Amino acid sequence: MKGSEVIVKCLLKQDVKHIFGITGGAVIPLYDELYHYQDRIRNIICRHEQGAAHMAAGFARACGKPGVAVATSGPGGTNLITGIMDAFMDSTPMVAMAGQVPTSLVGNDAFQETDMMGLTLPITKHNFQVRNPEHIADTLLKAFKIATEGRPGPVYVDLPKDVQNAEVKGEIPDKVEIRSYRPTFRPNPLQIKKAVETILKAERPVIIAGGGCIIAGAQDSLIEFANLSCIPVNTTTMGKGIFPESHPLSLGVMGMHGEEQANYAAINTDCIIAVGCRFSDRITGDTRLFAKDAKVVHADVDPTEIGKNVRVDIPIVGDAREVLKMFAAVFAELAVKKENRHEPWIKKLRELRELTHAEEDKAAAGMTQANLLRMLNRFKQESDIFTTGVGQHQMFGEHYLTFTRPRTWITSGGAGTMGYGLPAALGAKVAMPDRNVYDLDGDGSFQMTSQELATAKQFGIKVVPIIMNNKCLGMVRQWLEIFQGNRQSGVHYANFNPDFVKLAEAYHLKGITVARESEFLPALEEAKQSDETVVIDVHVQEEENILPMLPPGKGLQHIIGGRTVFRQNWDDVK
Amino acid sequence: MYDDNITHYRKHQHTITLIVSNEPGMLARVAGLFMRRNFNIEALTVAQSTKPEISRMTISFKGDDKVYEQLAKQLNKVVNIVKVSDLPPDISIIRELALIKIHTKGPEEQKQLMAYCQAHEAKVAHVNRDDMTVEIVGSPHKIDSFLELVKPMGIKELARTGATGLFRGNTGFEKL
Repeated sequence: MKGSEVIVKCLLKQDVKHIFGITGGAVIPLYDELYHYQDRIRNIICRHEQGAAHMAAGFARACGKPGVAVATSGPGGTNLITGIMDAFMDSTPMVAMAGQVPTSLVGNDAFQETDMMGLTLPITKHNFQVRNPEHIADTLLKAFKIATEGRPGPVYVDLPKDVQNAEVKGEIPDKVEIRSYRPTFRPNPLQIKKAVETILKAERPVIIAGGGCIIAGAQDSLIEFANLSCIPVNTTTMGKGIFPESHPLSLGVMGMHGEEQANYAAINTDCIIAVGCRFSDRITGDTRLFAKDAKVVHADVDPTEIGKNVRVDIPIVGDAREVLKMFAAVFAELAVKKENRHEPWIKKLRELRELTHAEEDKAAAGMTQANLLRMLNRFKQESDIFTTGVGQHQMFGEHYLTFTRPRTWITSGGAGTMGYGLPAALGAKVAMPDRNVYDLDGDGSFQMTSQELATAKQFGIKVVPIIMNNKCLGMVRQWLEIFQGNRQSGVHYANFNPDFVKLAEAYHLKGITVARESEFLPALEEAKQSDETVVIDVHVQEEENILPMLPPGKGLQHIIGGRTVFRQNWDDVK
Repeated sequence: MYDDNITHYRKHQHTITLIVSNEPGMLARVAGLFMRRNFNIEALTVAQSTKPEISRMTISFKGDDKVYEQLAKQLNKVVNIVKVSDLPPDISIIRELALIKIHTKGPEEQKQLMAYCQAHEAKVAHVNRDDMTVEIVGSPHKIDSFLELVKPMGIKELARTGATGLFRGNTGFEKL
């Protein structure tokens, strides 16, 4: 058997049905082999390797299975880098493979050679170079194991061309063991007990549910725990959707552009129960001011996250679902009278939530992103998947779109990768062909990967990019306006954006312009009904700001642009 | 005989020992981690262990307990690092080798230096007309104090290996 056949057999063994990639000199043997397996592995050829990596990530985030991205050596590999880094920051399971020059030429600066091992070292969970063809199967199975077990992440596999071409025995083991890799899954019951004792003493507790809860499939356990303990739930940007935002205990997303009631809870709480979140600076602001007077219970599957950014009182290492299940079990046993549990706290938070939502509903009509996204929120169905680019539209989406299910809000959280939206949407649609998939995008972000419209057309992958086109890099423009004395350096695209409708048409797809508010819903409806990708170019107001926001380097207490509640603190309420 | 003494041990000085898979790029993984996470390596030694597939690394660095804890966790996360452990000076043997080339102007200084060597159980490895190369093995602190002693004579060149170490106890670290 040829090395390349072993690779394909390993992919089949891992139940891989889709590959996102671009071929090239150093992966010809692999693609040659895939030719024979077209009926079992769909080979989606992208237009840029960054797109391939984001598609693999979108696929993984939508369905939970690892995404596979393939590229050739040298520039093919380096083009994958942004996507790999993005997957690393957001703990997305991915196996990225690239060809490499033959082993005899490695280190000689051969044509299209680059040190992908060195380049991917800091942005992968692990990486491998297969030098011995007999190790292909073992290596690939290890790659999938590492990418998916414990805290997921990207694994890179370097495949020299001669290794792909070599004749090997080709025995594919059933299982691989990695002695030095055994992530903790079950939390320590003693720590759970300590945590529960702390939680029971709290008067103003709040749960922070992060992306780890989505990865662990913890929605049921989270809802059960929240209901039994009567504790309100904040999510992070990455955790959005894990707790139904229609639930009476939901406070929404917290952090830099978070909902006011969520940040209020984080500021005034006396006990934070953080599960599957890494306390990113976008959540905490200045960590010296974060949860100053609160006990912190922090559960994460990755022990390095515990105590890394925020002081922790009760550390718990383990899978988010297991942790929440154990919490729920203890609270079920205690059968605490629900009604009486921290009632003033809950009452206050609900009041604030109603207040902020009422304020938001009063916001300006017309072509503002706030208004349009409120319309979009009423239009969308519960099962719809939204991916995003990065910038104002993303934060408006986080604010105004409500989700009730995990894996429906797929956004580049840690890395903030502009250009993530379209390819991630395509990947998500491949994973979930029966769902409507929208790419909520900006004109800046969309142009970074818009060539993947060709992939959408060629492979009949239907998504709906909705471009919030304000002819500038809106988020940076907002920062410049607020923090730099409105010196608008390098943010205006002005009239040099392409006509996105014509761009869609150039890719044999339909585009619709929305210049007036009244045109928005008909455009969405038409795009939804279409069998093919339809691009919606929405001409929004240029100078709209997404508020409230956390000024850089400040604490959550210093959020600006809050409508109602930030001036209050719990002591005044009492 | 010079004895390790914890009170002499410089504050915040850590020596950790790593059991790692002996494979290409392993050093880069460890060194890269120190750089990325903003930790500073003072010394690093690496060589094969009793098993060919396993190497042992010893790393010295400065940092408080919080730094040590985070670093140990980050190192543990590296897939092919098998084991990470601190070597606290009071329960470990920590040794380093140094070769020191020292100016010696005339027989008086030579004699003086040889007396120093004897007191520190250091050996004279080589003698030139106007310098001597001394070979000394001991704790990093012992080497520091020897260097302090001979500094007035003039040190021409210095090569230190960095610390390596083992637990004093009978628990084998490579038995996994």
